[in-house]
Amino acid sequence: MEYMCLFYVPEDADPGPEVYAECIAVAEEAHRAGAMVNARGLEDASSATTVRIREGKRLLTDGPFAETKEVLSGFFIFECASLDEAIAWASKLPQSRYGSVEVRPVRALDP
Amino acid sequence: MHSTLDGEQIDRLFRLQGSRAVATLARIFNDLDRAEDAVQDAYAQALDRWPRFGLPENPAAWIMLTARNAAIDALRRERTADAKRQLLADLEALIQADTPFDDDAMDDRLAMIFAACHPALNEETRIALTLRFAAGLTVAEIASALLVPQPTVSQRLVRAKHKIKRARIAFAIPEAADLPERLHDVLRTVYLIFNEGYASSTNRSLVRADLCEEALRLTELLEKLLPGQAEVSGLHALVLFHDARRATRVDESGELILLERQDRSWWAQHKIERGRSLLVGASRHSAGPYLLQAMIAQEHASAARWEATNWRRILDCYDGLAAIDPSPVVELNRAVALAYAYGDESALTVLDAMTARNALPNYPPFFGAKAEFLRRVGRHAEARAAYWRAIELTQSAVERRFLERRLADLTSLEGH
Repeated sequence: MEYMCLFYVPEDADPGPEVYAECIAVAEEAHRAGAMVNARGLEDASSATTVRIREGKRLLTDGPFAETKEVLSGFFIFECASLDEAIAWASKLPQSRYGSVEVRPVRALDP
Repeated sequence: MHSTLDGEQIDRLFRLQGSRAVATLARIFNDLDRAEDAVQDAYAQALDRWPRFGLPENPAAWIMLTARNAAIDALRRERTADAKRQLLADLEALIQADTPFDDDAMDDRLAMIFAACHPALNEETRIALTLRFAAGLTVAEIASALLVPQPTVSQRLVRAKHKIKRARIAFAIPEAADLPERLHDVLRTVYLIFNEGYASSTNRSLVRADLCEEALRLTELLEKLLPGQAEVSGLHALVLFHDARRATRVDESGELILLERQDRSWWAQHKIERGRSLLVGASRHSAGPYLLQAMIAQEHASAARWEATNWRRILDCYDGLAAIDPSPVVELNRAVALAYAYGDESALTVLDAMTARNALPNYPPFFGAKAEFLRRVGRHAEARAAYWRAIELTQSAVERRFLERRLADLTSLEGH
């Protein structure tokens, strides 16, 4: 079962190269454990564009969908047997120390 | 003749054995709804058959087998997929009908408790799940015990079952490395259940015996499931010491009686003895929070009179507790012990400092305790203000009346 770990970090956080290196290390560890599915970092929230279709009309907003102090900055997807395993991976991510990591089960496609 | 077997007896059997079957099936399915449905099916069959054919030789085995078969039937009715094939195999392997309940079944119950008290669930949810699936209470019983409407309990359970299934919260006993922390969540849930019964925060009467009884049954179960865990024995002893004093906490008209004024001859000595036996050999120095709280309760339970209370020893325990859990509530309780061990002024120094940094601004017991100490050292105007704040904040009618009496008492004292 797949779990997506979404990082929300303070908009002005400047994590530096150590955080990046830590993420790579977690990815390598997860890969060796057979738990790695995918991971990406995102450009900063000010580069976001939000799209909504309302009454057939396309509306674009400059910025993320909600203005919050903590913004989505990237994700990992892990393959795990249970929530506990996913929480263990999430706890290794550096973002859990200076931001928040939301763990969400990925919905399985119906057979 | 088996005609004496009535619905009530069947209910009683299902309360315990049904919970076990739900626990075992939930572990296999990782799905409480399926497990409950299967056991409900077995219950319907029991209601139909047992009064006519008599109680089976081994009702526990019958319930497990019948529920398992109901689960298999339900699975077969659905589309067959690979995942289901594996589940069916697990279910087939589940039972030798003659030895259905061995250590595995106990492990299943323990796994159920750990799932119900998982830290990914909020505390209200954990309490509802634990009462439903570990204690075996019905939704109606939980609603009346917690004094919330039935639909609220149902919603909490539905939401919880959904999260357990979707996020796959495992029905498993945590690994050794995680056990202390996870066990703490379990103990806290049971403690909250007891506390809600012992010092009901909203009820008009202060003590709710049914919840106290359930908490006691749960601690006994945990001791059986996790022998040799000091904190489990600690919680068990703590609950016993408090429970021993239950009858003396309120008078005939339902008014609160402070520990100081309680009639100690009414304390249930057999519970105190039992609690004491659980603490034999326990040391304050390596103790966890529940063991320390139990040791404090033991000092109170062992003092023949209020005046004979060994406050220095109690203070030592609070020092240990504050080192593990430096929370403002512990600091407040420690200050109370400090007052009795070394005088009101030393306690007020602590409480004034807490006020200065705005600790516990909405906690009624803080203002209640502060009012008492202020009054004793003659700071009456401040005492009155503290009583008012406590009265304003408390949710409990019994507590409010008590505080109002203390306030009126102080006012009349000043009138002289």
